Amino acid sequence: MTHIIQFENVGLRYGNAPETLSDISFSLTRGGFYFLTGPSGAGKTSLLKLLYLAQRPSRGVVRLFGDDMVTMPRDRLPDYRRRIGVVFQDFRLISHLSAFENIALPLRVAGHKEAAIAQRVTELLAWVGLGARTDALPQTLSGGEQQRVAIARAVITQPDVLIADEPTGNVDPAMALRLLRLFEALNQLGTTVVVATHDAQLMSGVGHAHTLRLNEGRLA
Amino acid sequence: MRLRLPDLPAAEAQLFPEGRMAGPMPWVIAVMIFLTVLAAAMGMGVSRAATGVAADVAGRVTIQLIEANSVRRAKQAQAIERHLAEQAGVENFQRVSAAEVTALLEPWFGKAGLDQDLPVPMLIDVTLRPGAEKALPQLSEAVRALAPSARIEPHGQWLAPLSAAMRSLVWLAGLLVVLMAVASVAIIVLAARSALNTHRATLEVLHLLGASDPQIARLFQRRLGLDALFGAVIGLFAGSLAILLLGYRFAAMGSDLLGSFGIGLAGWLALLAVPVVTAIMAMLAARLTVLAALRHML
Ligand SMILES: Nc1ncnc2c1ncn2[C@@H]1O[C@H](COP(=O)(O)OP(=O)(O)OP(=O)(O)O)[C@@H](O)[C@H]1O
Ligand SMILES: [Mg+2]
Repeated sequence: MTHIIQFENVGLRYGNAPETLSDISFSLTRGGFYFLTGPSGAGKTSLLKLLYLAQRPSRGVVRLFGDDMVTMPRDRLPDYRRRIGVVFQDFRLISHLSAFENIALPLRVAGHKEAAIAQRVTELLAWVGLGARTDALPQTLSGGEQQRVAIARAVITQPDVLIADEPTGNVDPAMALRLLRLFEALNQLGTTVVVATHDAQLMSGVGHAHTLRLNEGRLA
Repeated sequence: MRLRLPDLPAAEAQLFPEGRMAGPMPWVIAVMIFLTVLAAAMGMGVSRAATGVAADVAGRVTIQLIEANSVRRAKQAQAIERHLAEQAGVENFQRVSAAEVTALLEPWFGKAGLDQDLPVPMLIDVTLRPGAEKALPQLSEAVRALAPSARIEPHGQWLAPLSAAMRSLVWLAGLLVVLMAVASVAIIVLAARSALNTHRATLEVLHLLGASDPQIARLFQRRLGLDALFGAVIGLFAGSLAILLLGYRFAAMGSDLLGSFGIGLAGWLALLAVPVVTAIMAMLAARLTVLAALRHML
């Protein structure tokens, strides 16, 4: 099984509006590095939502790890979600939890031991340059700092798939490159990476990356 | 108001900020449980008192002789006493002494008003054996044959209006308990919904990070259950204190009727169950609310 993600003729419609995504078909290879790009409103976030199982398609087939997600019973989906790390476009940090606790959340959900959690979270906090802000609440962090917490939370479990929606929108080019190196390091360890971005400079930063281009809900 | 409660296990400890979920819910529950406990105790206490009184007076009868002629009265009394002595259904009987009767009448006639000329009724207290109440009509007839002026009054007859009033009180207390339980459930359901609204963002993130529905439901369940338990225990404590104080007051009155006010061991056990039931209701409400919300997400 080399195709970790497969879409076949996928369509997505919100309510009665015209289709936001139409006839989307593609396959992602395990261990690949992918950029998803396209103008604002093209449907990048919508496509990623299908990937991280926040949304069912209106039609078509979505396959993750070889299994059909459309017909998968609801109560089995958490197991698939735990294999996917997500950096949300709007971060979605939990406002009453510290940076440390937010990053620890996926490990807690998966039932890891406290001692192991503390060590891994502390290491990663240092890596994203937030070693000094361990106990800070999200609202006391800058936009870029919040984004780094969101990224750390997505990669802390070393997921099989990393999905990042505009992960560098709020950081300076130097930090963007540093975060990209983090994704690459993870990718080297075997994680399939999908990054949605407008940032052409960022896309040129990864030599072996593939690019998917969305335009008005269709893949170019 | 911040609450200090035994918190969630370490791994889930900080998912909900301390006290923020709680809001006024535990205190409203405390008030409801306080009132419920009082109503229940009133019902149980009155019910017990009514049973006690009924048992006390069952089979007790007073024979009143209001014959004016004192010689005839004494003869009739002796005849009645002889008859009573022969009856198997009569456990014992006792003539109320003239002094006691005088004392009973004093409030109405005053010390001076009672002289030898004034006919004082003669009273005989009779206690029937249990089950012998059925023979009362025959006894009445026999007594009236011996003394036409005799009146036989079963004590239960005087107490009938009191018994009826007590039964009404017991029903009213039961109704109050039911109404309060319904209101408490409504409060718990509202608290569960408000908790869900407050923490919807947290719930969504946990869901997307791969937390299962039972995992998320358990968090809400524990928090709400503990809050409800906390409120209910405070309410029960305050209610119990009030009951004990009330019982103490009634005992101090020394009244035969109300001196025995109490709810008994079974009553106390029933009251102890109230916080447990409240906590279980809260957990159930939280669980159902959260699971319903999660079912709307993929
Ligand atoms: N939950 C929703 N309900 C209805 N319409 C939606 C919803 N989410 C997105 N849309 C619509 O779908 C279209 C695609 O939105 P989407 O967020 O996928 O775009 P995008 O490519 O991520 O844009 P951006 O680069 O600005 O993030 C937009 O027209 C948007 O209004
Ligand atoms: Mg988007």
